[in-house]
Amino acid sequence: MSELPFEKPLNELRNKIKELKSLSDGTGLDFSEEIARLEERCKELEDTMYRELTAAQKMQLARHHQRPTSLDFINAIFTDFIELHGDRLFADDLAIVGGIAKFNGLPVTVIGHQRGKDTRDNIARFFGSPHPEGFRKALRLMQQANKFKRPIITFIDTKGAYPGDTAEERGQSEAIARNLREMAGFGVPIICVVIGEGGSGGALALGVGNRVIMLENAIYSAISPNGAASILWKDASRADEAAEAMKITAKDLLQLEIIEEIVPEPQGGAHRNLEEQAESIKASLGKHLDELLEMNENDLIEDRYHKFRKIGQYRMAEAEAGQAIE
Amino acid sequence: MQIKDLFSKKKYATIPTERPKREVPEGLMNKCPKCGNIQYSKELEKNLKVCSSCGYHGRLSARERIAMTLDEGSFVEYDETMESVDPLNFPGYKAKLEQQKAKSNLMDSVVSGEGAIGGFPVVVAVMSFDFFTGSMGSVAGEKITRAIESAHLKKLPLIIFSTSSGARMQESILSLMQMAKTSAALAKFQGDGGLYISVFTDPTTGGVSASFASLGDYNLAEPGALIGFAGRIVIEQTIRQKLPDNFQTAEFNMQHGQLDKVVHRKDMRTMLTKLLDMHMVKEVSVSE
Repeated sequence: MSELPFEKPLNELRNKIKELKSLSDGTGLDFSEEIARLEERCKELEDTMYRELTAAQKMQLARHHQRPTSLDFINAIFTDFIELHGDRLFADDLAIVGGIAKFNGLPVTVIGHQRGKDTRDNIARFFGSPHPEGFRKALRLMQQANKFKRPIITFIDTKGAYPGDTAEERGQSEAIARNLREMAGFGVPIICVVIGEGGSGGALALGVGNRVIMLENAIYSAISPNGAASILWKDASRADEAAEAMKITAKDLLQLEIIEEIVPEPQGGAHRNLEEQAESIKASLGKHLDELLEMNENDLIEDRYHKFRKIGQYRMAEAEAGQAIE
Repeated sequence: MQIKDLFSKKKYATIPTERPKREVPEGLMNKCPKCGNIQYSKELEKNLKVCSSCGYHGRLSARERIAMTLDEGSFVEYDETMESVDPLNFPGYKAKLEQQKAKSNLMDSVVSGEGAIGGFPVVVAVMSFDFFTGSMGSVAGEKITRAIESAHLKKLPLIIFSTSSGARMQESILSLMQMAKTSAALAKFQGDGGLYISVFTDPTTGGVSASFASLGDYNLAEPGALIGFAGRIVIEQTIRQKLPDNFQTAEFNMQHGQLDKVVHRKDMRTMLTKLLDMHMVKEVSVSE
């Protein structure tokens, strides 16, 4: 596993332990006391460090290049996945993957942003940043799910919609906007899982669900902290500061009632143990899906509407602070 | 007078060689930001803030737009006093809000209400770029949503004039979610047969362009208006190429199939009236 800057002291400690062990093996001297002491300190450091991660450190974990992608989770959580391609209008955008699969035996539609595994893959997938055809492919698959009464499960993991000239020409705004409106009207359960980075409108275009759940170290915001820092303070290097101020972590979003649940990550992040992470996502999905499958079409639409309708904080001047009217 | 005076060298007054810059007197004259043409403010006002030389459509505040578009005296405002509460306690946001309020004389970037156009009753929401670059936070999203709901409840057509830099960073995720909230309200309203005319004005980008502004049953725009999702600089950095001058203009968007019509400001009221009329005719005998 490649280390993140903030993990350095931990790794130094681990290396020291390794050194001592090989020294004791080589010389026959007994360092067991020292080793035990260091191991204890290592464990302590690990516990406190990962328990109190800052927003900026979580951002690093969310963007870790070895972090599991949508396809990793799809393959680990579902069975019989059949990938489906194309928007039927222009192209097949590989920044979005989708298809049908079985969740504990139940046919569902799964869709997600897909980052690449290496440089070549990343170039083919535009680093997980969709063009309009990607959002339209997602919409086509969701419409299909709605027709065949299949629940929809989406995985959110993108820096944002692709900022390119061709994307603009083909209606990037319209593609995102249409997904927001159409997702609001589907009479099937929709559950969205933020697995990595939830960047702006490109993330939200797969994010209008009855339930939105988020991995412990995932982030979700209107603009990337780097972008915010460069606009607000004309200094992109202050991204860490912006990350704190913008309230981008799962904990923040649970407090703001944007998400319903935080899915814990293995210590050190999702990339440390894919199977364990997939299991905990699966457990959460199962619980929410059970609840949603009890509802009829109309209730599902109303449930989703009210989830989003109540978001926002404002007040009437010289009056009491208010939440949205019901 | 003495004789020698007749032969004395003529004295010329010195004229400074450097002419003073063409200063535009504050308030009296106006310089077009596009072509540099200078015109009387009164003329410009009469011309609906459209440059008589190049046709540049100047930016309007929400109040100017309402006065220009709605039947005189017909406008009744909704949620006049709604204001932001700085929900994330974002550094510097409170002070910036106060400064924007003082500058624009508005409480936030959206003014909404009902009135009439060409005699047809409508619900309108108008964005104002002079408040916080028209950015959408909780207040703007709520006011737009309430306008949609009011149009739905009263079975009135809805017209939204957009201008915005996108989601308001200082309310981050709450701003982003306003995109979903407004779009979901439109799903209900439009799904129930409601008429929504969206008018893009200069500039409309980011989260507003990527939500309610793009979802009109009819999407109109003023000439030259900048319309897009991502900003020009970000795109140029991504593709490492200069973009053409007309990139993301209203005309560019129409050419690429994103707009129904580009409408000159002087024709906007007539166009809206015509469109409204098309949806109001109830009983006609089509067989003569």
